[in-house]
This record gives sequence, C-alpha cells and structure tokens, in this order.
Amino acid sequence: MSVLKTPNQAAAAADVDQVHVVQRSSLALTMRRLSRDPASVIAAVFIIVLVLFAVFAPTIAAWTGHGPDEQFRETGLSPSGIPVGPGAEFLFGTDQLGRDVLVRLAYGARISLLVGVVASIVAATIGVTVGMLAGYFGGRVDTLLSRIMDLVMSVPFLLAAIALVSVLGPSLQLSIAVIIFFTWTPIGRVIRGQVLALKQREFVEAARSLGAGHLGIMFRDILPNLMVPIIIYSTLMIPSAIVFEATLSFLGMGIVPPTASWGGMLSEAAGNSIYLAAPWLVIIPGTALLFTTLAFNLLGDGLRDALDPRAARKA
Amino acid sequence: MSVLDVRHLNVRIPTEDGVIHAVRDVSFSVDSGDFFGIVGESGSGKSVLVQAIMGLIPGARITGEVWFDGHDLLTMKPDALRKIRGRAISMIFQDPLSSLHPQFTIGWQIVEQIRTHRKVSRAEARRMTVEILGKVGIPDPDTRFSAYPHQFSGGMRQRVMIAMALVLNPALIIADEPTTALDSTVQAQILDLLHEMREEFDATILMITHDLTVLARVADNMMVMYAGHKLEAGPARELFARPAHPYTSGLLRSSPGNYEPGTPLVPIPGKPPSLLNPVTGCVFAPRCPDAMSKCWSETPPLRTYSNGLETSCWLTEAPSEPEASEEMQDVSTLPITVLNPNTTELATPIVQINDLELSFRSKRGRTSVDVLRGIDLAIFRGETLGLVGESGCGKSTLARVIAGLIPATGGKVHLAGHDLSTVNHEQWRSLRREVQLVFQDPYGSLNPRRRVGSIIGDPFRIHRISSGEKRKKSVQQLMELVGLNPEHYNRFPSQFSGGQRQRIGIARALALNPSIIIYDEPVSALDVSIQAQVLNLMSSLQKEFNLTYLFISHDLAVVRHVCDRIAVMDKGKIVELAATEQLYADPQHDFTKVLLEASAPEEKPQSRAFPELLSTVHAGDLTAGDLIAGGVR
Amino acid sequence: MARFLLSRVGFGLLVLFLLSLFVFLLFFIAPGDPARVIAGDKATVEVLAQIRAKLGLDEPIYVQYWLFISNVFQGDLGFSYRNQLPVIDIVVDRIPVTVSLVFGGVILWLGIGIPIGVMSARKPGSVRDRLGQSFAVVGISFPSFVLGMMALYVLYFLPAKAGWKLFPPSGYIPLTVDPLQWAWHLVLPWCTLALVSAAIYARLMRGQMLEVLGEDYIRTARAKGLTERRVVYRHAMRSAMPPLVTQLGTDIGLMLGGVIVIEQVFGLLGVGNLAVSAVNNQDRPVVIGVVLLGGLFVVVMNIIVDTLYAFLDSRIRTAA
Repeated sequence: MSVLKTPNQAAAAADVDQVHVVQRSSLALTMRRLSRDPASVIAAVFIIVLVLFAVFAPTIAAWTGHGPDEQFRETGLSPSGIPVGPGAEFLFGTDQLGRDVLVRLAYGARISLLVGVVASIVAATIGVTVGMLAGYFGGRVDTLLSRIMDLVMSVPFLLAAIALVSVLGPSLQLSIAVIIFFTWTPIGRVIRGQVLALKQREFVEAARSLGAGHLGIMFRDILPNLMVPIIIYSTLMIPSAIVFEATLSFLGMGIVPPTASWGGMLSEAAGNSIYLAAPWLVIIPGTALLFTTLAFNLLGDGLRDALDPRAARKA
Repeated sequence: MSVLDVRHLNVRIPTEDGVIHAVRDVSFSVDSGDFFGIVGESGSGKSVLVQAIMGLIPGARITGEVWFDGHDLLTMKPDALRKIRGRAISMIFQDPLSSLHPQFTIGWQIVEQIRTHRKVSRAEARRMTVEILGKVGIPDPDTRFSAYPHQFSGGMRQRVMIAMALVLNPALIIADEPTTALDSTVQAQILDLLHEMREEFDATILMITHDLTVLARVADNMMVMYAGHKLEAGPARELFARPAHPYTSGLLRSSPGNYEPGTPLVPIPGKPPSLLNPVTGCVFAPRCPDAMSKCWSETPPLRTYSNGLETSCWLTEAPSEPEASEEMQDVSTLPITVLNPNTTELATPIVQINDLELSFRSKRGRTSVDVLRGIDLAIFRGETLGLVGESGCGKSTLARVIAGLIPATGGKVHLAGHDLSTVNHEQWRSLRREVQLVFQDPYGSLNPRRRVGSIIGDPFRIHRISSGEKRKKSVQQLMELVGLNPEHYNRFPSQFSGGQRQRIGIARALALNPSIIIYDEPVSALDVSIQAQVLNLMSSLQKEFNLTYLFISHDLAVVRHVCDRIAVMDKGKIVELAATEQLYADPQHDFTKVLLEASAPEEKPQSRAFPELLSTVHAGDLTAGDLIAGGVR
Repeated sequence: MARFLLSRVGFGLLVLFLLSLFVFLLFFIAPGDPARVIAGDKATVEVLAQIRAKLGLDEPIYVQYWLFISNVFQGDLGFSYRNQLPVIDIVVDRIPVTVSLVFGGVILWLGIGIPIGVMSARKPGSVRDRLGQSFAVVGISFPSFVLGMMALYVLYFLPAKAGWKLFPPSGYIPLTVDPLQWAWHLVLPWCTLALVSAAIYARLMRGQMLEVLGEDYIRTARAKGLTERRVVYRHAMRSAMPPLVTQLGTDIGLMLGGVIVIEQVFGLLGVGNLAVSAVNNQDRPVVIGVVLLGGLFVVVMNIIVDTLYAFLDSRIRTAA
C-alpha cells in the first residue's frame, strides 16, 4: 500500500506527462490513424460497397431482369442440365436450377449482413451487461455469472446448434438466436476482466467516496473506459457471426431454401459435387464470404491499432 | 583507474509522437571501487542511459562512446556485449517481484547465470549459489534454493537479485532504483547490504535513484541529471554540502527531509520540459531562479571547481536561496461561493474512533485476516494528523473505513457526530460530503476518459448542488484556487502532469467543503521538486479555510513536515501517537525507533564557502581528453 | 491443488448433467412422435402403443429422464430409431475417423501456428511479422468449408481431370489397414482443419509472446547475458505456454463439433457426419448420444488441461 509508485522508468521513459499529446479518444485522431492504414481503408471501402450491393439487390434483380428465385431452365441450363458459366446473360453464371448467381449473391449479402450485424449487436450487449455485472459486483454474482459463461463455452456449440435446429426446424430467427447464444461469452469474459481491473482503479473509489451510486459508477466511470474493447470486439464478432450463419446454412440448418444465402449457395454447390463441373458456384459465394470476413477482420484490427496505440505499437 | 568511461553519449528513442531525445551529450566516468550515484527525477534519462549502454533498449539510436575494460560497448558485436552482460557487468532492477522469473526457482535462475558464463558442473554451480545466497542474508539457503520468487518477501527477493548480480564477481554492478519498491526499514537493510557486499567483493557500484537521501547515505561520487542532461557531478559529500548548480540546490531545498520542520518548503517552480523538443541554451533555464539572459540562448559551459564539482552552468557564484513564496493567490479576492469555512471549537473531534476492528475473511471463509486490531483515534478540527506505517500495516484500510468505503467489523467510528454503524443509506449520502479522499496515484484517481471539468464537477452533480453554468463557474473557481488554469476546463487528465493531476484531485475533494480530507500518500508518486509544490498548496489551503487533514504516508520526512500530530501504525495497531516534534525527539515504541532510524537523513553538512572556480570549458571547445581519445582512434 | 482439481471435476459433471437435461428436454418437447418414426407410417395404433410402452414413452417426464440417465451411466444410450443398433456402438464406430482427423490437424496447426507466432513476436513490425500477420488474418477469415471445397477442386479435381492422381477425393482408410493410405486420404482434411486454427494460434502466440517479452524478468534474463535464443525459447516460452495450453484444451474439446463441416466436405464418415445424418433422419437417440459424447469430450479435455495448467504454474502448484 505504501509502496512507492514511481512512473515506470524503463525503456523509453516517454513521460507522457511532458508531451502534450492530443487526447486519444478524439474521433479525428482515430480516423486519421485509420486512414493511414491502407488495409483498413480497403476493408472499409469493401464493406461500403457490400452494403450498397445488399441494399440495391432488388435494383440488381430488376436490372438483370432475373428474380432471386426465378429459374431459367431454357437459358440458364445447358441441354444436359449443367449450369451455364459467367457470361453476358448471366454475369456470374447460373446455379444447378438455372438461377442467376449474381442476383442470389446480392440477396444472400442481405442475409449475411443482417445476421452478422444483428447477432453481434445483441450478443455484444448481453456480453457487456453480464461482464459488467460480474466484474463490478464480484463475489457471488461474479461466481454465478462466470460459471454460466464457462458453461456456455464448454458446450460443443455446433452439435448443440444442430440438435436445436433439428427439433425446432431451421429458420432465420433461430439461426440468429443460436448465434447470439453461443457468441456473447468471449466479449463477456473480456469485459469482466476489464471491469475487475477498472474497479480497482482509484477513480472508481473516488466516485464511491463522493457518494455516487452503482449505476452512476457503471455508466459514467466504467463504461467510457470500455468503449475501445467494445468497439473492437463487436467489429470482430461480425465476421464470426457471418461464418457461423453460413456454416449452419451449409449444413442445411440455417436459412431455408429457396431463400438465397451464401452458405446455402455453397451447400447446393457441394450437393452431388456439382461445383466440380461448375466451379464458379463455389468460387463466387466462397470468395464473397472470404472477402467479407476478411474485410471485417482487417477493419477490426485497424480499429484496435487506431484506438489503442499501446497495443498498436505491439502490432 | 576508471571502470566505465562514458563520453558524449546521446540516446534517441523513436516513438509515435516523435523522437525522444532521452540522453543528451552525457559524459562521466566511474572509478574502480567507487560507489557512483546518478540522481534524477522521472524523465531525466537516468534509467535509459544505463539500459542503452547495456544494449537493453531495442530500437534506441545511440551515439558516443562507452569504454569498459578496453572496449567501446557501443561498437561491440551483440554477442560480445552479451558475454559482458551478467559476467563483467551485472544489473539489479527496481521491482524484485517482476524482475525474477515467476516460473523458475531462484536457485535455478542463479545457476543459469553461472553456467552461461562459466564452465562449471551443476554441483559446483549449486554450491556457489548456496554460498552467495547465504552471504546476502537468505536464511537456510540450502532449502530456499528450490523456492520460487513468490515465496519470498520483497526484501528477500531483492537480496536474491543482489546475490545473482554478485555471484560472478563482476567488475561493475549497475543498480537501477534497487530500493524504490521497498519499505523504508527494508530499504535501509538493502542499502547496508549493498555497502557490505561492495567491501567484501571489492565491487564497483553504479546506482540510479530518484531519491537524494538514499544517495546521501551511500554514494562516493554522483551525477545529477535533468531532462537528459548532466547538470552537475562530483564527490557526493561536496555536492550535498555546496552544490554549484541551481537545480541541485533546488532539489536539496525542496526535499522534505532536508528542512527544518514548520518552515515551508521551497519548491522548484514549473515542470520538466518535453524531451521531444530541441534545447537552446540551458535546459533548466525556464525553472531556474538564477537564469540570466544568455542561459536561454547559449549552451552553458562546463565549470570545474576546487572541491571536485563539475557543473554545466553560466553561474559562477553560489546559487541563490529563494524564499518560500505563497504561490497561492489571495483567495479572499475570489468570489468564493462554494467554500465556507466553518469556525467551530477546536476541541470537538471530527472523527472519533473507538476500538475499531476489521477482519477480512478469506475467499473460502475459513481463515480470516485481522487488518485493524483495536484502533483508538480522535482527529480534531483544524489539525493535520499524520498516519505512518509500512506497507500492509493497515493505514490505507483505516482511511477507507473512516471514509465509509469499507464497513468495520467491530468498534465504533463517529464522523461529525454520527455513528457510522447506525446511519442509514440516505444519511450516508449526505455524510459523504463531510469526508473526502485524495489518492496516491495521480494517474489512477482521475478517470482518463472524462474531462477535468466534469471530474471536478462530480461532487456538485452527485449531490445535486448545482448544474450548467453555475457548476462550471464553481469548478473554475476551484481550479483557480488550486493553481490550475481555469481555461483548461475541457481538457482530459492525460494532458496534465502528475503534480497538476494531484491538484485536480485536491480541487475535487475541496468542492463540498468537507469536515475532513484524507490524503492517502498524496505525494509519494511525485518527483521531489513537484512534491514540495503540492505540499505547500495543501498547507496554504488548510490555513486559509481551517481544514482538517488526515495525512497517510510511509515517508517520515514528509509527515514531519506537514503534521501536527503523528500516529505510528504497525500490524493493524496504533503503537504510538504523539505531537510531531515530541515523537522525533523522544520516540517511545521500538517500532517508531526502527522507522526513525531507517529514514534518518544524513546530518546536514555544514555550509562552507563557495569553492574556487578552476576552469571553464565552453561548448564547442575540445577537452584534452577528447584530443587523446580522438588520436587513439 | 487436489482441491482445485476436485472443483474442476465437479464442474465438469455439472456441465454434463445440464447438457443431458438440455437434450432430453429438447427432444421431449419436440413435435413428432418417436414411435411413429420407428414403426413407420403404416403402423397400427396398437403397435404404436406397444413401442411407447417398451421405450417408456408413456411414463411421466421425470421418470423418463431418470430411466434415461441411469441407462447412460451403464453405458446404454438406447437404440437407434433407424436401424435398432445400440447407439453406443454406432457412435464408437465413428470415433476413429474423427480422432484421426483431429489428431493430425492439431499437430499440424500447432506446428504451423506456434513458430509463426513466435517469429512474429521476436521482431514486431518486421517483414516476417507482417507476413505472419497477413497469414493469420486471412486464415482466420477463411470459412473452413470454403477452403475445403476450393482445396478439393484445385488439388483433386483439376489434377484428376488432367489424368494426374494427386489426392483422393474422399474416404477413410483405417490406420491399422494401411498407415500410408490413412495419411494420404487425410492430408487434405488435415490441412483444411489446420490452416484456420493455425492462424488463430499464430495470433494467440504472438500476443502472448509480446506480452511476456515486455516483462521485467525478460529484461533480467537479457541482463544476465543469456543468448537471445535462450531468452525467447526458455524464459519467454515458459510463461507464454500455459495460457496457450488452456486454449488448446478448449479447442480440442470443441473440435468434435468443429469437424462436422470438414467431414461433410470430404465425405468422411466420422462422428460429425453421424450427427448431421441423425438429425436429418430424426434419429433422436443418436443425436443425444453424439451431443453427450461431445460434452464428455469437452469436459475431459478441460480437466486434463486444468491439471496441466496447475502443474505448469509454480504459483498454483506450490499453493497449499
């Protein structure tokens, strides 16, 4: 307690003290750092394009004249029933039923983004709440909530998910619910750890000694200090939610056909190994999926580097 | 003969904010058998200097020469330098817990050191290890050989580090703040051990510290660093007795231990410069009481005096001794609305504690630890009561019980006439206004994500006293009161220095006009020159508003300076309570005596006549040494 | 330490109990009549009633659960609705495939991931680090079934079309039959499995190492004059490994679920494949059996890992 805490004089005694650094949390600074990272810029541009692609899916359908579930058995399939490859009529080719892959890709993007964003936001909210309560109150509350997190984490999630789906029947809502249930725990743990550390900080004690209530301390004193991990983790949860959804759909436990989803498209391509004859059926949705998750992961990394320069220096 | 000869050393460290010029043109040499001290405040570059020499700062750009045993360490191949590290030059670091590997036994770690540099059998290495452990005072070294670092106390761990540093009988031992993380009694033991070992092994020691009193105890020669510059060097005795540089003299003046109790400290005004900026003239000029016009524009010359001091300064006479000035402005002219000094009788205690007990139960609820064991204490209006003890004695816990942050498990605490064990939630809320805390860590006690205005305004918000413009006005008055620029209302804590942050903490504590302010180690994280500023602010505020303070510290020198009465705590009990001077003059309890002995400053050397100036070398002139060194190469 | 382990075992049992309750209730509330699944559409009411009685389906729910759980403890997971074989036999039959897949995959991913992570951490910001980081982010982003399908197309189909038999498309040859064929058939699934996880471990290792390399005791090790190699591999690795071991235990445990997709893509008849087909066939005892086995696997792995962790950490090991 009475141990002297001289500021760490180790390497680079870059005494922040004396350097008038512009405040870190300032949005402008973050954006400037972010824009200096080409990977983040490309990722952000890709995500914007993807969102536009998804939003304007009906426009694309109207422009091509092909509905998402419309089957073109005459023009879209060869006489022997093989899908036609990318060309003037079908920009990205057709699938085994003669449907336009481009249009289905656009509609699939809507599902992926919807699931990714909704599931991440809800899961992050649950995770932050539980982590905050566990870390802040400690004791029995912490033991209970941590145990629940441990429990959820030790369930083989894909097995449990398919068991659930097999009973309740696949649907978009169930997919989202399952993804939320199995993805809120990591951020919950991170937040709990952070809150445990923050709670020890003297400024929290200072707030208590001033007579601030629990809610006030949680929201005014602790939450602002959690914004960086929350932003980073939420961003990084989006790609894993998207992959989770695609995996469920790929196993036939997610989005119900004929609604277009990327995982479903890949699943249909894998069925009867049709993709070996029509590789674009894997390459196009597979690449879309890969680039989407890559873009979110790169953006998440970029955000971490920009928001948390200490970690950035390590990165 | 010199063991280590450093010439014109420059260290630059690239960071995101720019290149930090951490060491600027520093030359010094350490003679064989010398105990050489480098003293400097945080950011002075002292640690960077030695770590750079040893090749321990990756990415640092280093120029100059460092001669050791006929080789320039800076031009050596990394592998050759590695062979010198640990064998010919060994190091001791500040925090002995984090500096030892937690997953290996201490014996293993020392054996590894031996076998890296010497071809000896495992058995022989073990024998050497046990022997050295015994020498540095580890009881039962043969069994403790296989213990892990976490099974030792802080002082014992530092002994292990020392054993590791000594085991190969190196020509030079570099100790980087070896006692800073330790309690004062342990600190004294470790210093004595270093001293002893130096005699026994005939070792040369280079010790770095921020603490002048530590060096006064042990150093033969020393160097004073400031913002990367060497300002003064020479025999320690002379340097303490008659410093020729205004900075050294300012440091001595502001060090609480070196002053007559009751008189105000004389701080060095201002704060250290940024290491990112280039320096023209003297780096200390902005804070120097003796600064002349050329100090701002021309690099100071190196002057050598008859008593062996080397000083980088334009001044040719003794530095002036400025009087303590009331740095606070006249508060009566401020339109104070928030503060309203109560004038009550002196004899009523604000805090009355009877037989207070507190025990924490361990996690599983089987064992319990008694932290406070029967405390009786009364604090009266207008006084400053000091609470002194070593780490773990329960003094901070006691503060938190009084502040109502931890409920007591036995006994009574009366705060402003209320029994804390009987007040209900609502009463507590209003009672919170009566007791305020100022914390040790100026970095940790302010929320980094909130603006200063909102931090200081918190009390007004929480107790719904004022809002909007009115609150802002009150906050700005408080800022002015504690010597902060009210225009900085919208800044974040990270934009303030350590001393300024502590002022913010004080302003927040003052806001509700509390009956008592508890200071928990308020200056121990601050540099000496800044410490004095904060201590003076505290005293002048107290005088002005008739405040009551409980001042918690491990540092007897600081406590002596500011307190009316002192309570000494040991193992959860108050072992002695007396008026300050009485306690120092006639300590009753054994523990008090031990504490006093450990922290006793060296007798203040008699001031002598200012020494004679022997030579002056201006910047740009070449010294004879440079010519020889140049010719040899 | 014994106490610590005992509490972990207790927790594992709790996990298993809750998991069994979960699957049991799930199928209890599920629509659809198991008797009809067994007997087929043409069965008479009498036959259905007979089957229900035989399976205990007309008992109250807690009796059914008790029956179920006490059978489980005797190693009896019931019989498949589909072919009337004991579930335990069906599941055990599939284990070698999955274990072969996981085993090879783990070795490969550790062999790739850890060196990349260490190399990255030794020189942060260097070209090597950037390459390692790029590998990591791409690997993490790659959905394994996409990777698997692309690998099959490029490494099996295209060469096969050119008349070059590089890799087999699918299938499993038992190790005991022909070790070479066993490995050859599993190379593509292993690589697919390993690449994604290797990326995660490269990151994890890099992060751990960077943190440890910044510790004071690493500075001490350097000041002692140890070679950089010894500092990194002896001192830093010693502290960086325990968290990695924990993660590995969890990951191997969860792998049983994770390999489902890979088994699907490569046509391997492992436990995951069994789960998917059981779900499609509404074969509840098999689904329950697979989920419970998966849970058991996780629990056992976690206990092994906790033991290992306690042993690796001197602070836990020496605690009374």
